[in-house]
Amino acid sequence: MEYVIIIISAIFVNNILLAQFLGCCPFLGVSNKLSTAVGMSGAVCFVITLSTLVTYLLQYYVLDPLGIGFLQTIAFILVIAALVQMVEIVLKKVSPALYQALGIFLPLITTNCAVLGVALIVVTKEFTFGGEPHMLNLVESVVYAFATSVGFGLAMVLFAGLREQLALNKVPESFKGIPIALVTASILAMAFMGFSGLV
Amino acid sequence: MTKFQLITKGLIKENPTFVLLLGMCPTLATTTSAINGMSMGLATLFVLVLSNMAISAIANVIPDKVRIPAYIVVIATFVTLLQFVMQAYTPAIYETLGIFIPLIVVNCIVLGRAEAFANKNSVVDSACDGLGIGLGFTLSLTILGLIREILGSGSAFGFKFLPGDGILCFVLAPGAFMVLGYLIVLFHKVTAKKNK
Amino acid sequence: MAIQSSFKNMVLCLFVICIVCSTLLAVVYAVTAAPIQAAAEAKTNAAIAQVVPAFEGAPIEATVEVDGTEYTYYTVSDNSGVAGYAIISSGSGFSGPVQVMVGFYPDGKIYNTSVLSQAETPGLGAKCVEPAFRDQFKEFDPAVKKLSVVKDGGDVNAITASTITSRAFCDALSKAVAAFDAITGAQLPADSVSGATVPEEGQMSETEITSQEVK
Repeated sequence: MEYVIIIISAIFVNNILLAQFLGCCPFLGVSNKLSTAVGMSGAVCFVITLSTLVTYLLQYYVLDPLGIGFLQTIAFILVIAALVQMVEIVLKKVSPALYQALGIFLPLITTNCAVLGVALIVVTKEFTFGGEPHMLNLVESVVYAFATSVGFGLAMVLFAGLREQLALNKVPESFKGIPIALVTASILAMAFMGFSGLV
Repeated sequence: MTKFQLITKGLIKENPTFVLLLGMCPTLATTTSAINGMSMGLATLFVLVLSNMAISAIANVIPDKVRIPAYIVVIATFVTLLQFVMQAYTPAIYETLGIFIPLIVVNCIVLGRAEAFANKNSVVDSACDGLGIGLGFTLSLTILGLIREILGSGSAFGFKFLPGDGILCFVLAPGAFMVLGYLIVLFHKVTAKKNK
Repeated sequence: MAIQSSFKNMVLCLFVICIVCSTLLAVVYAVTAAPIQAAAEAKTNAAIAQVVPAFEGAPIEATVEVDGTEYTYYTVSDNSGVAGYAIISSGSGFSGPVQVMVGFYPDGKIYNTSVLSQAETPGLGAKCVEPAFRDQFKEFDPAVKKLSVVKDGGDVNAITASTITSRAFCDALSKAVAAFDAITGAQLPADSVSGATVPEEGQMSETEITSQEVK
């Protein structure tokens, strides 16, 4: 039951893009086309889940025992950067098809704040999913990370679909490009507010 | 460009929020009030100036292929430094901004300036550039925060001038997107007129 | 670039940067550790001073366990005995825990409350930190009134459109009351005495009210 709550909360109620504003750069940057949005979401999903797993272990089994918690930010960002590189290399060798689909997005992900954001949230914030406030354990963290990235993908794909339609319409000169996208995002965020109170 | 031009260009011509559209996450997330927006802007300014200076100083001894990881480590160091200082001396602001302080590391503005300006200019010029872009960022975040605070809570910089709640939506997520969208439109209009 | 991108150079360069950066951070960490702790203590002390009646000396920190959860609490005393308790407790709010410090008179009535940390929606749930909401808990007697929102049949006026936060706040307070009972129950004799003690000078009007009621 708890996992269901985590998943619903992370995908809908506290959507990482529309409620927490993490990962807005790709949200506005690569949401022109539905196909690129799907590719980006897939890559983000992969990296967020994997990096959260690694940073979780790093925090509790390396940084904390050694008492060097103050290196948290540096350690996390380096792990994420290295991981992205590794994923890229492995993907290239193992599954060229998947690499073709996700490859060009991978380098962009290092500076996607959703990845570092989720890694940091998981080890610093207390959660209250249907019970007492507590720090997430390993399984919960990974589930949370995965659900969050699914939420990212959902918002991303919805938004890209909207923008594809939008491109066909006449838009006032000053609104062209990012401004109209932002206003659209605002309405999408409003729709997502309807989910609040679900959990 | 003179030093003065380097500092002022960030305010309007190369405004990071309205023209370059960089650093959207903190822009949208921390501007629930003018004070929050300003604090976030100043925090980024601090990191930007120091990392620009450090990177321009060491750029010549970093092999080209590993420059990005090297820059990221330098930036992360200054961000962590800022975290400690804020935790010690301004704990209230540190708590309000929360996770967005460590996330300055992945703010595209900081890495972007390192890559586009600091690694090929002198230390002093890089400091001016960081100061200019940082001030522009602070200015736009403060404006955005101020508008959202006035509309959403009926107050400005924490001083309440309207009774009641205001239009709550503007403090929440949809308001962030909407106000930023309209501000960019306004900015385009004004600068377009100027150029004519 | 003056330096070749040879393997040796790259490794050396990153290694040196990492060493320099970690050393720098270690130094700054050591320097700021004391002020950070002082800031945290100052915050706790300010909260304690706000939630309990006037007291002398330093608050004494201790913990108590109720239903498997550990609560940190502070006992404050004046020259006539225990002046009050400040108990830290939390409830599940809309977007994370709402941590509240609840101050009690020795007789179990709530003196005041203070929100230590919360991440509720600005303009909605975040209003739980404002006196407009918290003032209804001043002089709140959990033995007489019910600590839940009106909607749930209690005596607490919820924040408009923020029932979840209000419930979390009430939940935190109820837990604090349970913790208070556990604390005073453990040292009953001493406490029942101090609860009835009349303050010598009557430093605060609230304290006088307590003593009158106890008389």
